[in-house]
Amino acid sequence: MTDDTGIGGVHQQFPSTHWSLIEGTRSPHAEERRRALDTLITAYWKPVYKYIRLHWKKENEPAKDLTQEFFARLVEKGLLDRFDPERARLRTYLRLCVDGLVMNEDKAAQRVKRGGDVTLLPLDFESAEGELHQLPLAAAGNPEELFSREFARSLFGLALERLRRELEEKGKGLHFELLELYDIEEGGKQLTYDEVARRYRIKPTDVTNYLAYARREFRRILLDELHGMTATEDEFRREAQTLLGVKL
Amino acid sequence: MSRWLSDSAVERLREAADSPDLAGTRYRLIDKLGQGGMGGVFRVEDTALERQVALKVISVGDRESDWPARLLQEARVIAKLEHPGIVPVHDTGVLADGRPFYTMKLVQGKRLDEHVATIPGLSDRLRIFLRICDAVAFAHAHGVLHRDLKPGNVMVGPFGEVLVMDWGLSKLVGASRGAAAGPSGKNEAPVTEVVEQGTAHGSVLGTPGYMAPEQTRGEPSVDQRADIYSLGAVLQFLLADALSQPIPRALAAIRRQAMAADSADRYSSVQELANDVAHFLDGLPVSAYPEGPLARAWRWIVRNRAWILLLLAYMVTRALLIFFRPR
Repeated sequence: MTDDTGIGGVHQQFPSTHWSLIEGTRSPHAEERRRALDTLITAYWKPVYKYIRLHWKKENEPAKDLTQEFFARLVEKGLLDRFDPERARLRTYLRLCVDGLVMNEDKAAQRVKRGGDVTLLPLDFESAEGELHQLPLAAAGNPEELFSREFARSLFGLALERLRRELEEKGKGLHFELLELYDIEEGGKQLTYDEVARRYRIKPTDVTNYLAYARREFRRILLDELHGMTATEDEFRREAQTLLGVKL
Repeated sequence: MSRWLSDSAVERLREAADSPDLAGTRYRLIDKLGQGGMGGVFRVEDTALERQVALKVISVGDRESDWPARLLQEARVIAKLEHPGIVPVHDTGVLADGRPFYTMKLVQGKRLDEHVATIPGLSDRLRIFLRICDAVAFAHAHGVLHRDLKPGNVMVGPFGEVLVMDWGLSKLVGASRGAAAGPSGKNEAPVTEVVEQGTAHGSVLGTPGYMAPEQTRGEPSVDQRADIYSLGAVLQFLLADALSQPIPRALAAIRRQAMAADSADRYSSVQELANDVAHFLDGLPVSAYPEGPLARAWRWIVRNRAWILLLLAYMVTRALLIFFRPR
């Protein structure tokens, strides 16, 4: 597998659960600021690109330019400094910033096209474009739902990839395979534990235990990743409720 | 590179992440029953006792949250309230993923809001209401406020059992009367000293439409009269839904007094409210509806109509016998 963004690297170490992304982007230390921005861009660039494509109905090339311009502005204009967690979730704030950018599209696109003063991020737009074709036709929906769904997809994808790495490092690759088979693949849940055990030549009780372990680790990583993407404990809880399907 | 996940794959992973990790416990997951504000409720098998029970677990297990403490408090509150109208707790513990849980009796039945359409008669609905009042009065007598009473939190079982559920927002109040006291009947003074238990000071918890105004405003010192307001709203729900005839004035007055905007104007205890409803059912005067002599006479006639008809029949028969007696 290749690195999507070239930012942060495949094996980047994620911060501890009490680390705040927003605090990181405002840190006086350049390394910490860079790491926070890497985390944010890794999680958000695909939702931003797909949102511009689907909600704003932009063609491929203008959407790429706008995505690059958005993250450039995030850094240059200090957009994150203006974020107030008391007033909105980070996800909503970023979406509104994207809306503002697209509404002033002409100036933004021209700046990227000139190419002089924008540092282009190595984003894999081809893969994002390919994913767009796999979305159902009615995928757009209302803007908040669309952005939220794509953010969840991005976050679950990142958490899953981190789970795979961590389990392989611990020599528990089979645990991950069972999770893939049972919880990701279509129709996986129709298999009985006995059938899965026969397929992998392990005991049915091992299937139960391995799956439970992989799910537990996935849950931990997912919440840890989310914790890093939110500004306050309250926002974290609300986002976790949204992502885990809990309605208050 | 993160992999692309379809909507259905995200949904399956979301379920996997939310499902309780029962490794190391005596429970085996069967399916999910529902989702509350604080956590999910799952049907599990207790493998030791070979029976199905309901397991409630919080959805988010972060260490900063007060939810673990609130779930444990809920379990303890329910365990304290041994009453046929309150679902019994069996067990409590911590899952392998660090989330606290408790198990309780699996209630086979329907929520009152789903069940109400199948209860056509006013008196049947009022009897269910009285059973709800019994459970809430019992809780108040033990110093517990429910704070989220609504039809969705009442289960009606297949044999007519009525259970008040979801004590997740319950609150212990300082002047608990203790188990020995029991519901004392009339004129219980309202419990006003509130001990904060796992809820933020002044935070608004509850369900709009069923919350008392003082609860909506987030006032920290809500007392049992907030539950009385919610019971009034439940009564209103039972009266409004699917009843074609006009609501009797006495019953409307009971509802009005239970839902008075100022808590001082409400019933001072659930038992007083229940007494009024029971009196209405028995055709007796209710405290919330002072009636004039004519209304009182009419209610007396309606209540004793069988005896009055019998007496009239007797008198007519006697008159006929006298009139037609052979001379």
